[in-house]
Amino acid sequence: MEMLMDSSQAEHSFLSSVTASERTLNPYVTGTSVVAIKYKDGILMAADMGGSYGYTLRYKSVERLKPVGKHSLLGASGEISDFQEILRYLDELILYDNMWDDGNSLGPKEVHSYLTRVMYNRRNKFNPLWNSLILGGVKNGQKYLGMVSMIGVNFEDNHVATGFGNHLARPILRDEWHDNLSFEDGVKLLEKCMRVLLYRDTTAVNKLQIAKITEEGVTISQPYSLKTFWGYSAFQNPTVHAEGSW
Amino acid sequence: MSNSAIDVPPKGGFSFDLCRRNDMLSKKGVQPPSYRKTGTTIVGLVFQDGVILGADTRATEGPIVCDKNCEKIHYMAPNIYCCGAGTAADTEAVTDMVSSQLQLHRYHTGRESRVITALTLLKKHLFNYQGHVSAALVLGGVDVTGPHLHTIYPHGSTDTLPFATMGSGSLAAMAMFESKYKEGLTRDEGIKLVVEAICSGIFNDLGSGSNVDVCVITKGHKEYLRNHLLPNPRTYVNPKGFSFTKKTEVLLTKITPLKEKVEVIEGGDAMEE
Repeated sequence: MEMLMDSSQAEHSFLSSVTASERTLNPYVTGTSVVAIKYKDGILMAADMGGSYGYTLRYKSVERLKPVGKHSLLGASGEISDFQEILRYLDELILYDNMWDDGNSLGPKEVHSYLTRVMYNRRNKFNPLWNSLILGGVKNGQKYLGMVSMIGVNFEDNHVATGFGNHLARPILRDEWHDNLSFEDGVKLLEKCMRVLLYRDTTAVNKLQIAKITEEGVTISQPYSLKTFWGYSAFQNPTVHAEGSW
Repeated sequence: MSNSAIDVPPKGGFSFDLCRRNDMLSKKGVQPPSYRKTGTTIVGLVFQDGVILGADTRATEGPIVCDKNCEKIHYMAPNIYCCGAGTAADTEAVTDMVSSQLQLHRYHTGRESRVITALTLLKKHLFNYQGHVSAALVLGGVDVTGPHLHTIYPHGSTDTLPFATMGSGSLAAMAMFESKYKEGLTRDEGIKLVVEAICSGIFNDLGSGSNVDVCVITKGHKEYLRNHLLPNPRTYVNPKGFSFTKKTEVLLTKITPLKEKVEVIEGGDAMEE
């Protein structure tokens, strides 16, 4: 990952001051997991609103769920600045699509395909957009839910998650997701997953948004927080029988 | 090295002699041999009458499953059991060792063993070896002071918890626990939740698989349910069976029984002191 493309200089001069590295080597301000499911009328997506700077919780109102065009909803985890760049690319894409003015509009499958190409090409140039993206949408009654990672791995499924969501939320969804969930059941299921993530992911915050996309359009909820339970009797006085542990 | 006539035996503990050589080799690109790990999902939870422990049964050697049905719930005392994740040899050896120590302690005191005794013996040993004994344990039992559940990490730290998971499948199992656990579960509810958590590990984690073992410990009584659930049965068996190629001719059949009689020499030499 250290090789410079224009290394007309000697290969071993890491101190070459021709140009500083303009590649993304590490993420700085990051968002944590996004979880999404297909339900009866469309797609439900949930993400918290934290932007972490390493271990510091730097930004507490980052919106990581954004509508794209008329038919899609994009959720991202990873580097926030790269997410904003992706939104700019998509803005341009939708603008050019609108300029055709032909009554047709880009659906979620097309946007997903575009994002896959963008991510994969950036990865091939060793300058990735450090994000895991979830793209969901409904067009002409067809529901679509897909994911793209920062190296261009993409797939489509009935339920997807990024980051820690893969380890903590996917097992729950594999067990409890079924076709034709109602809106209330879908939200309950997503809240269950987000609660487990809140308990067990160090970078999660208790302020989340749930977004839904149906044939009618996109609705992103106001931020709210989940109820947590800390009242187990073993937590009240854990070391009463085991001095020295915690 | 000095040529001393008296050779002092090594004082026990981990011998760090080969560390420099191993470091040099790994820098040169030589891979160290992989350990037989237990991949694993192990869980424990406290229910209203005691403790329930659960484990999967897959043992891995890198990407290969080397044992499809191993036992990860180890006996410590009649009222204490311990699940082990990490290097299989380490979990076996350390639980065996502490189990013997507990037995000797029971003879010495004349009392039932306590869970914190096992906890202290295990954490002392693991801390002493600074994490090189790669054993992550879920220790549970019921003694005079009540039901207890602890987790022990390879470096020697411990936690006291109402429900716990360890191993590569711990996140999948913990997702189940965090969403469904509540206090005062009955025995059947507890077993059902443990089985759900282990199955979550078996089906969502590649390091865990095969069957579910459960152990229920209550005051004065324990139930070791080996292979309580078999969610991965062998469904296809070749109906033709296995046969040697037709060209194999049997030329000669000779059966030689091994010597069954052991000769006892009466009045041999007495053992030297």
